[in-house]
Amino acid sequence: MDIFRDHLLTWIIFSPLLGLVPLFLFPSGREKQLKGVVLALSLIPLGFSLWLFASFQGTGAYEFQEMVPWMRGYQAAYQVGVDGFSLLLICLTTFLLPLVLLATWNDVHRNVKGYLFFFLLLETGILGVFSALDLLLFYVFWEAALIPMYFLIGIWGGEERIYASIKFVLYTMVGSLLMLVAILYLYFAAGHSFYWGDMAALHLPRMTQIVLFAAFGLAFAIKVPLFPFHTWLPDAHVQAPTGGSVILAGVLLKMGTYGFARFAIPFFPEAVRALGPLLAVLSVIGIVYGALVSMVQVDMKKLVAYSSVSHLGFVVLGLFSLNAQGVSGATLQMINHGLSTGGLFFLVGMLYERRHTKLIADFGGLATSMPLYSTCFFIMLFSSIALPGTNGFIGEFLILLGSYQTHPILTTVATSGVIFAAIYMLWMAQRVFLGKVTPKNQNIADLSLREGVVLLPIIVLIFWIGFAPGFLLDKINPTTEVFLKTKTEKISIPPSPVTGEGRGEGGDTN
Amino acid sequence: MEQLVFGLPLGFFAALIPALPLVGALCNGLIALICRNQRRDVPVALVSVIGVGFPVLAFIVVVVMAQIFWNPATGFATAPLWDWMNVGALRVPVSFHIDRLSLVMCLVVTGVGSLIHFYSIGYMGEDPGYARYFTFLNLFLFAMLMLVLGANLPLLFLGWEGVGLCSYFLISFWFTDLEKAVAGKKAFIVNRIGDFGFLLGIFLLYSHLAAKGGDTGGGMLSFETLQASRGNLYLIATPVALLLFLGAVGKSAQIPLYIWLPDAMAGPTPVSALIHAATMVTAGVYMIARLHFIYTLSPLAMQVVATVGVTTAFFAAVIALAQTDIKKVLAYSTISQLGFMFLALGVGAFSAAIFHLVTHAFFKACLFLVAGSVIHSMHGEQDMWKMGGLRHKMKITFLTALCAVLAIAGIVPFAGFFSKDAILWQTFATGHKILWAFGLATAGMTAFYMGRFLALTFLGSSRLDPEHKHHLHESPFWMTIPLVCLALLSLVGGWVGVPEALKGNDLWLHWFAPLFPYEEFYLLLEKKGHGWELILSALTLLVSFHLGLFALILYGQKPRLMAKWVEERIAWVNRLALQKFYVDEIYQALIIRPVRWFSETVLWQFYDRKVVDGLAVHGTAETVGLLSRVFALLQNGSIQSYVLFFIIGVVIVMGALIF
Repeated sequence: MDIFRDHLLTWIIFSPLLGLVPLFLFPSGREKQLKGVVLALSLIPLGFSLWLFASFQGTGAYEFQEMVPWMRGYQAAYQVGVDGFSLLLICLTTFLLPLVLLATWNDVHRNVKGYLFFFLLLETGILGVFSALDLLLFYVFWEAALIPMYFLIGIWGGEERIYASIKFVLYTMVGSLLMLVAILYLYFAAGHSFYWGDMAALHLPRMTQIVLFAAFGLAFAIKVPLFPFHTWLPDAHVQAPTGGSVILAGVLLKMGTYGFARFAIPFFPEAVRALGPLLAVLSVIGIVYGALVSMVQVDMKKLVAYSSVSHLGFVVLGLFSLNAQGVSGATLQMINHGLSTGGLFFLVGMLYERRHTKLIADFGGLATSMPLYSTCFFIMLFSSIALPGTNGFIGEFLILLGSYQTHPILTTVATSGVIFAAIYMLWMAQRVFLGKVTPKNQNIADLSLREGVVLLPIIVLIFWIGFAPGFLLDKINPTTEVFLKTKTEKISIPPSPVTGEGRGEGGDTN
Repeated sequence: MEQLVFGLPLGFFAALIPALPLVGALCNGLIALICRNQRRDVPVALVSVIGVGFPVLAFIVVVVMAQIFWNPATGFATAPLWDWMNVGALRVPVSFHIDRLSLVMCLVVTGVGSLIHFYSIGYMGEDPGYARYFTFLNLFLFAMLMLVLGANLPLLFLGWEGVGLCSYFLISFWFTDLEKAVAGKKAFIVNRIGDFGFLLGIFLLYSHLAAKGGDTGGGMLSFETLQASRGNLYLIATPVALLLFLGAVGKSAQIPLYIWLPDAMAGPTPVSALIHAATMVTAGVYMIARLHFIYTLSPLAMQVVATVGVTTAFFAAVIALAQTDIKKVLAYSTISQLGFMFLALGVGAFSAAIFHLVTHAFFKACLFLVAGSVIHSMHGEQDMWKMGGLRHKMKITFLTALCAVLAIAGIVPFAGFFSKDAILWQTFATGHKILWAFGLATAGMTAFYMGRFLALTFLGSSRLDPEHKHHLHESPFWMTIPLVCLALLSLVGGWVGVPEALKGNDLWLHWFAPLFPYEEFYLLLEKKGHGWELILSALTLLVSFHLGLFALILYGQKPRLMAKWVEERIAWVNRLALQKFYVDEIYQALIIRPVRWFSETVLWQFYDRKVVDGLAVHGTAETVGLLSRVFALLQNGSIQSYVLFFIIGVVIVMGALIF
């Protein structure tokens, strides 16, 4: 067992690739069996990450660290570790992937092998992003997560998939290239080290910090997406296949918010002090804007996509509140959004499989013909509009409570989001589920057992987190404390650009 | 310091109260889903036993608890169960706060609630959604009990939103009728506007207290800690009180957010009785009474509460005068009576407000169940002009209606007399003469429209269609038993608060005196003396009695006479009142349409698609594309032009070198 325990994180990151083996072994034409085997194998990373979750101490520092030199000449290393922020995102990723595979059982017929291949690659990429402590490694994983999604949208997407996938890639590429430049600058400033700790220990001049923060921030803001960098998201979501949408909303977007929490904020405290309020303003605009634009959508998937803009605005607002409730709430809300919005995308996908349309106007009275489905949908919906008792409330309440202490006026505007969320969600629900059932929706099949199995774990978590979120908050809180403490300590020390030199040599001995 | 009851911790019993209906809801929910999925018939008997049994069990637990709290020394107890949200300095446990106030509320919620559940067996018996109905009704009790038992503001908010959720599902219970679905949505959204204020109130309170520190154990937002740190709240008392009041305005349907309640009548009538008369809509009153120590810090907030209350009471009574739908009359009457409660809160008469809350729960629930009984018997007909003379065929319903009408009109010795009198007297005694005058006028109008209600429905000669007349019948005993119980409560319910001026011992005031310890307030009451109290009582009684009697005679004998007079003289006033002063239409035109237009045209079509996507994104792409086409011209593959470029290049370089 030691071989697993000592390298648990590495096992988690790369065990999804085990699923590639049957792809090579299975003859074509046996898609069902292939899917079954890959699904079973996808439980392995889930098992590992549950193990990780259980044995995570919650000290606030990085745990399960591993370090193997990679490019010696450049002091780049394969260095990974988890803290409270990344732990939960890793678990969310490995939790959602089996569900995605199960949900799209009948969805994909064309080139199933390729579809599975890209999903497994995507999972490894995302897991790598959430555990890398070496910024070069991080960048590699960051891009590695981008490419599979490009193919997933571009090949298995809807009518305008090419446009959407290219828009997605170019948009995100612009941001990540600037980030690469910033990483390289930090590499030299830290005395030739890509290690997170060396970069976080730097004391850069204020202006430098602001420029670098802008470069990192742009990459993350596009990924989140923060208003006004959000227009790739609705197109990508509407065109992506169901599984792609779930992963996109569930975890891919969190790479942006995670980036802020892991890199942009700890690296550049001065810049955060200068630009933090601006980001808070953008996130609040996003909250209200996303909600208002959601309200007028005619396509269910687009509505959920714009609601993501609104929800992730809350997360960013929480992060930039820079206080305990805001930051912990934001971290929790990343998970919550993955569950409830992921769940909504699953549900919209199930409807699409039946009716081959996502237009709200094509539905009506589904509550009569699909009682189970409607029940599940309403649970996800109320989780999404943050009703107390569901997970969404815990996250939103903590975020708003936290950010009220730093930005009372902005938070007041953000809180109006609770009204708008109710409006767009319930209006949609009314048009889709209530009223007389229209002829075309009369004989539509209710949830199958397979679909029920997909939704049930999400629903359990929605209520579990809603009533007793302690099992997650206890993991997050120590990291939040460290996050806030390092920040305040760094602000109190006057910036001195020279100190970076010495630490790089320390990195040499690795 | 765990308190033991029958050898078990108090927390166990406290948790049992909301947990029992929750179990009921889960069981029935499961049954409902399975039956719908398998297309099987609902096991009516099983659903009824579960649906009614668990609330009754909860009621029994509450009664046991009340016995313990009969002893004034008990004070209050909190029962923490587990941590809900613990982050940094914020500690929010799942914990129950039991004192005399929450016990009174629990008694009403489980007691009246159980009766209405019982009634529902008869009323909803034939409905295909029977199991779903009981699911939400039980779930509602769970949420309402969380609301009144929660030991801190976030937990109260959990219940607050939970009851809103159940209200949404129950108003749109018959969701195939789109109009009813829309009514449910409207209720939820309007309530959310109030919740916006409520949340901000919590945030302001917390951020102020977090800066000062001083958590005494139950978490910063627990009522215990808040009351202990009252001294720190002077600065923010007014904004906090007003923000929380916005929440109460939404939930308790006061001006300007009352518009959802009349529409909420789309739900099944027992739902209107339970949620939109007896319990949920009084949540705002409970909340302010619970936070009395914050409100009393701010005279301005108290003034606002009282003014909004009395304005709503008056305004809604005017609208009720003109309504013809049997349930709409009761809806506006509920809004009006809630206004009375807020008036009481605003002048500091907290125990009187809760008193009226309780008696109102009795007689208004009774009235709604009467309306249900009538509608049931009339096969869905709700227009009072098509009724009349029902007293012959529906004796029990008529007699219970009579009791409830006498109670709401404030006729001695019915319950409403004592509670309304307590409010009006305490308003007057604390020096709010104008508010008192409006209150008196409202009490008069109340008696009048309730007399009209009784006369049009039960008295006079029948105006029924022959077909309806044929089917007319008294309701089954499932329905009449709760009616009789509530009618009796409407009679005797007020006797616990007979004022000393009437040689009573005012148990009610003494029961709550330790909870609302405001010496100045009680001094003011005593200073005025019993003489004044008696005179004002008599005055209110006379006004109500005569106006009520007048309405009875007028609408009983010549129902058309008044209508004709109104038609000829003040038709526009009538139309205005009947159309509810066009408030819905004004909101529609001023807020809803502009916001939707703005979102659709400006934000979505123009900004999102034209500016960001069109200009910025595609603009960039096209500029790059254009540039690449320009540069592509250079790569045209013809040797001659390459040579030409080469020579030009050489010339430029040479030139640069030479000069």
